[in-house]
Amino acid sequence: MSVLADIISATIVFAVPLLLVAMGGMFSERSGIINIALEGIMIMGALMGCLMLRWLNNAVAAGQMAAQLGVLIATLFAGVCGIAFSVLLAFASINLKADQTIGGTALNMLAPALAIVLTWVVQGQGQTTILIPDWSRITPATFGLKEGSKFFGSPVVPQDAVTLKVQNDFLQNLFFKQTYLTTLLAVLLFAAGVILLYKTKFGLRLMACGEHPQAAASVGINVFKMRWAGVLISGFLGGVGGLAFTLAAGSGFQSSVAGYGFLALAVMIFGNWKPWSILGASIFFALFKVIGAYASSIPFMPQFKGLEGVSTYLYPMLPYIITMILLILTSKKSRAPKAEGIPYDKGMR
Amino acid sequence: MSEYVIEMLNITKVFPGIKANDNITLQLKRGEVHALLGENGAGKSTLMSVLFGLYQAEEGVIKKDGEVVHINNPNDANALHIGMVHQHFKLVEIFSVLDNIILGAEPNKLGFLQKAEARKKVVALSEKYGLQVDPDAKIEDISVGMQQRVEILKMLYRDNEILIFDEPTAVLTPQEIDELMEIMRNFTKEGKSILFITHKLNEIMAVADRCTVLRKGKYIGTVDIKNTTKEELSRMMVGRDVQFEVEKKPQQPGDVVLDVQNVTVPSKLHSNNAVKDVSFQVRAGEIVCLAGIEGNGQTQFVYALTGLDKMSHGKITLLGHDISKMKIRDRSKLGMAHIPEDRHKHGLVLDFSLEQNLVLQRYWQPEFQKAGFIRSGEVRKYAEKLIAKNDIRSGQGPITTARSMSGGNQQKAIIAREIDKNPELLVAVQPTRGLDVGAIESVHKQLVAQRDAGKAVLLVSLELEEVMSVPDRILVMYEGEIVGEFNPKEVTVEELGLYMAGAKNMYRDVGAKAEEKEGNNA
Repeated sequence: MSVLADIISATIVFAVPLLLVAMGGMFSERSGIINIALEGIMIMGALMGCLMLRWLNNAVAAGQMAAQLGVLIATLFAGVCGIAFSVLLAFASINLKADQTIGGTALNMLAPALAIVLTWVVQGQGQTTILIPDWSRITPATFGLKEGSKFFGSPVVPQDAVTLKVQNDFLQNLFFKQTYLTTLLAVLLFAAGVILLYKTKFGLRLMACGEHPQAAASVGINVFKMRWAGVLISGFLGGVGGLAFTLAAGSGFQSSVAGYGFLALAVMIFGNWKPWSILGASIFFALFKVIGAYASSIPFMPQFKGLEGVSTYLYPMLPYIITMILLILTSKKSRAPKAEGIPYDKGMR
Repeated sequence: MSEYVIEMLNITKVFPGIKANDNITLQLKRGEVHALLGENGAGKSTLMSVLFGLYQAEEGVIKKDGEVVHINNPNDANALHIGMVHQHFKLVEIFSVLDNIILGAEPNKLGFLQKAEARKKVVALSEKYGLQVDPDAKIEDISVGMQQRVEILKMLYRDNEILIFDEPTAVLTPQEIDELMEIMRNFTKEGKSILFITHKLNEIMAVADRCTVLRKGKYIGTVDIKNTTKEELSRMMVGRDVQFEVEKKPQQPGDVVLDVQNVTVPSKLHSNNAVKDVSFQVRAGEIVCLAGIEGNGQTQFVYALTGLDKMSHGKITLLGHDISKMKIRDRSKLGMAHIPEDRHKHGLVLDFSLEQNLVLQRYWQPEFQKAGFIRSGEVRKYAEKLIAKNDIRSGQGPITTARSMSGGNQQKAIIAREIDKNPELLVAVQPTRGLDVGAIESVHKQLVAQRDAGKAVLLVSLELEEVMSVPDRILVMYEGEIVGEFNPKEVTVEELGLYMAGAKNMYRDVGAKAEEKEGNNA
């Protein structure tokens, strides 16, 4: 049972950054701008979010009571910094009509370099890791539950935040082992994203700009404005997603998000540029990633006795192999926004 | 109140390399259908884009109800109740009909869409004007005629009073054209004013009250339709007399060039075959026309004939060679030329220059390349020769991108390229679609010249006038089958229409087929 709880909670925790960032990519691409800079935006968001957490920890000494408020502030700060970074992409690709893939790639190269420099500036030469304060995780204590008090009928067990001792209580494992405020925020942001895209006039206009900007312009929609909005939203979600990833990874920020920005792009394509499919795709992907990691402790997974190499390398490859197979099977139905990647030109018919 | 609802006075609009509108005046009366006539590239669309706020004129004023107005973008035009159906529809393909209609004028509360309200209004409008549409259908799933209805509903939804139709009939079938004319008349009865851009004289004579003629960016004149004739209008438009009759010498057809035997092509849309067991021959020195209403398998047949698609059964022989499975370039080498139906998709690479497009099928010949390198000097010379010979007009000559050229000149470029190959068989699919009378005349002359030179021509056409005047033989296609063969001199348009609509079949009892169908349904 505790393995199941671990798998579920780990899946959620890995799905969250994918979901957020893929949603961000979706907003940008549906407005017509290919956002390959998601990786860079995530790095910038994670960097600034972690620096904020560090500052809150050192300077303000955010206590256990205000801990989640601190995480909220850091998350919003990460989002705002993501927006600031995405301005570069928006300006280059919308106003200057630069090639969007090249612009995005440039930002992806800029971000990790900038992150290393800033980390050193803040922490001193050679200090490449920004540690995340212990209090950023949601634990029983967040709800004022003390050791020994009851949680759904079973006593609360102390959980050491650093070693993550395995508990045998299903619910506590599910809720308190690796839960962060970003998980809850992701649910809210996802719902808001769906509503924004499908239920508002903003969403309708945004999608029109990504499909047929000339048609949008002919009914008086400002294509430049909508595309700016699309890219900035992706900046916010990318920044938040970056911090969510770093929190989930647990070992602090090391100027990298391990290619999750690109994975999110794959999730977005796999999810066909549609929010609900993106949700499914990110959970699916995270699940296989977690199964890959936990394979040795799941009883029904074949262990290939004597062929350790197979299970060591095969299972971590699972999510990528399965995604490739599924992309092949579903590619016929996949349909990118028609005008994405093409700078808007009034004169074109 | 002024007699004129819209006045465009002394409008001048300049593009790099071309004066698209040169001191043009257009006055639209309340409740009239005002036609704007001119050849391709005469400046009609530019003038209308100025009125609609897509372009700003360098000189001149626009007045609405006698007062000067400034139209800087489509929103301004909309506020003045000016609406436009663009020649290339401005519809988002993946959106529903309803979403397309409300886009840009969405009923909303705090930014949230109120679609129920919009739906009611759209349904009411479509009933009132007889514009049946399914509000939930996606644009990519509905026919071109239906898409045009959506464009019209877009204007009505915005309560527009001045309606601009930019070449609305170019994409419609004859029946749909009649319906559109009726709809236009209904609008004027309600006091709406219509600007109707076209180069089809019959339509102007049928529906317009007055007509303003432009030629090469200049204003030629405005006439009352009651006091004019087709001949006079075309003289104003082209600047010379135009022949409506196609002149042909009698000619004895020679050897068989194209032999089509039992060709069947599966459909991409349904399980039925798009082309069913079609057989015919085309001889040297004759023009055979494949006539029929759009969507009866002509397109799929031509795809199979030219190698764009595969056929499932049958055999096609060109000059004694079996070409059924041949590559497109080999067919072309054997002497087949193809003027495609969709000139943007199969005729041109739109973002290539005109000269690149003109050598698209010949760049590999020794004349134009040496050891894999293009001899650009030769290409330029060749392009300039073709441009001069065929009067292809463009902003910057050989280096103009094809996309920026007008439709008529794009077509001229394709025809020039194909005929210059000196083909044995010319397959011309709707070669005059969207062209003006002057250009149509020249295309028809070129087809007849091919025939007179002893070449075989297969013409696929939807235009009845063309079907009756150009070919030596007519084959009518209905639901993928050839249902009749005629000599154009011995058949009436009405008779032809019955075969096109499937009411008659030369080879089979149509009554029996109808019963069989009913049996299947039961």
